[in-house]
Amino acid sequence: MGANIYRNKKPAFLFLFPAFLFMAVYLYYPFFKNFINSFMEIKQLGSSGSGFNTPWYHNYQEMVRDESVWVSVKNTLLMMLVTLIGQVGIAIVLALMVDNVRRGKQFFKTVFFFPIVISATALGLLFNLLFLYDKGMVNQILEALGRETLIDWKAEGTALFTMMLPVMWQYVGFYFVILITGLNSISDELYESAKIDGATTLQKVRYISLPLLHNVICTCSVLAVTGALKVFDLPWTMFPKGMPLKSTFLTGTYMYYHTMETKNVDYASALAVMIVILGIILSKAVNMIFREKDY
Amino acid sequence: MTKTKKNPIGSMVVYLILICWSLTTIYPIIWVVQNSFKAKDKILANSFALPFGELFTMANYRKAFNNLNILNSYKNSIFISMTVALLVVLLAGMGAYALSRYKFKGSELLNSLVIAGMMFPAFATIIPVFSMEFSWGIANTGSWFLTMLSVILPQTAGNLSFAMVVLMGYIKGLPVELEEAAYMEGCNAYQIYFKVVLPLTKPSFATVAIFSFLWSYNDLFTQSFFMRRPDMYGITMLLNQLTAKEGTNYGLTASAVTLVVVPVIIVYCFLQKYIIKGMIAGAVKG
Repeated sequence: MGANIYRNKKPAFLFLFPAFLFMAVYLYYPFFKNFINSFMEIKQLGSSGSGFNTPWYHNYQEMVRDESVWVSVKNTLLMMLVTLIGQVGIAIVLALMVDNVRRGKQFFKTVFFFPIVISATALGLLFNLLFLYDKGMVNQILEALGRETLIDWKAEGTALFTMMLPVMWQYVGFYFVILITGLNSISDELYESAKIDGATTLQKVRYISLPLLHNVICTCSVLAVTGALKVFDLPWTMFPKGMPLKSTFLTGTYMYYHTMETKNVDYASALAVMIVILGIILSKAVNMIFREKDY
Repeated sequence: MTKTKKNPIGSMVVYLILICWSLTTIYPIIWVVQNSFKAKDKILANSFALPFGELFTMANYRKAFNNLNILNSYKNSIFISMTVALLVVLLAGMGAYALSRYKFKGSELLNSLVIAGMMFPAFATIIPVFSMEFSWGIANTGSWFLTMLSVILPQTAGNLSFAMVVLMGYIKGLPVELEEAAYMEGCNAYQIYFKVVLPLTKPSFATVAIFSFLWSYNDLFTQSFFMRRPDMYGITMLLNQLTAKEGTNYGLTASAVTLVVVPVIIVYCFLQKYIIKGMIAGAVKG
């Protein structure tokens, strides 16, 4: 056996050292430091704090009382729902359709996927222009269709919709590609024998494609839920500081708001801890819901 | 794939829906490109007309190059993203090789540390990272190089664990016999890595490099912590600041968006196979 090569462990250390040094300094240590920071008092980004809060769990107490925290958590949960139903749902429909057409598969794949490679900041500006009150593309279309009054897409009632629509739209193509790869791995023979039995296209989708896609759909759902927690660039570009009236905060943007705008750095650290915990709980929950149905 | 005979109306409806969704992704880009050639007030009057004749103007682009100094931000962004991609490939490659081939006490632990590293969201590490770099004198300085470095280091770390997972998956699938043969010829572990494993892992390196590059190029969060001066802005930071400073100059906004988006789309058209693979592989990354 050639395991001889790898009997001498000294090179392994040299290979591993740079990567793990990097991660220790920039990931593991900051992660724990952040946890400790959430109990300290820090008034300026970059300072190491002036000691512990009194009581030490002050920030967590504050979080429960802070209305904006609840708003941001509520918005984030809504965002998850939108990504689950909107992104994964639309992606499933599109993938099944593309799988059943003869021509243009590659074209649709290319076109559906490309919003993902564009920076969310650029897309934020783009959608700012599309949703201008006086008069972006959307309002111009509505006017051409005969609508008399313009819609203020950034007012309180519509702001959440205007924020979540682009986020949803951007990532549909992502799940589409994952799902279409899953569909391609389903054996043709299954479809052949279904055809001999006289199944219609819809029946084939219902009884072959969808059941066999179950595990891929699971993966997509977990990704969609955890992805919703990471959304930052686009909402912050379109609705900086939770405008209007702090109603569009997500957990991520709210944490950033306290770091950069109010300089309440220790509170922001506590919010970051909350994001981590939320992420763990929610991905565990999604995993559990789908695992039980596993074949 | 052989399918049942097509119901012509049904397949027309399917195509119609697919084309509609394609329009939602393509048309906004065309719209913003065509309006980037119009004066601000003309956009508001009629944004659907093509910018020919009297409508056409290059004023927005002149402003983008002269006042915004968009080329400078390009330079910053590309420098950062290329360095990040390079560092990630270099460090993750060596780490992934050692973790896939060497079995020693604690290698299991290191494995789980790598997986755990993917779960840490940037939100949870950024504040301590900033104080750390600030105390070292890297962050918030007037030096161009140090500012770039202060962005490069955390972005590299953020991509390492994902890259190692992808590369490990690939290296584990390589036949060990090749390495044995090289060993018989008298190569040491370093030569085996650089002369045998590295060339074989190229496709996977491409995936990882493209993902790291794009992720770093598009990331606003890290940039906004470390870039405080306009001449040091990367491209996303520049765009973000544009809303605050020139929020009502729609022509300029349109031209800036065009300048940022169009090169990416061109690159995407050529490299889409690798890009799609890289982005999907990177999905698990935090």
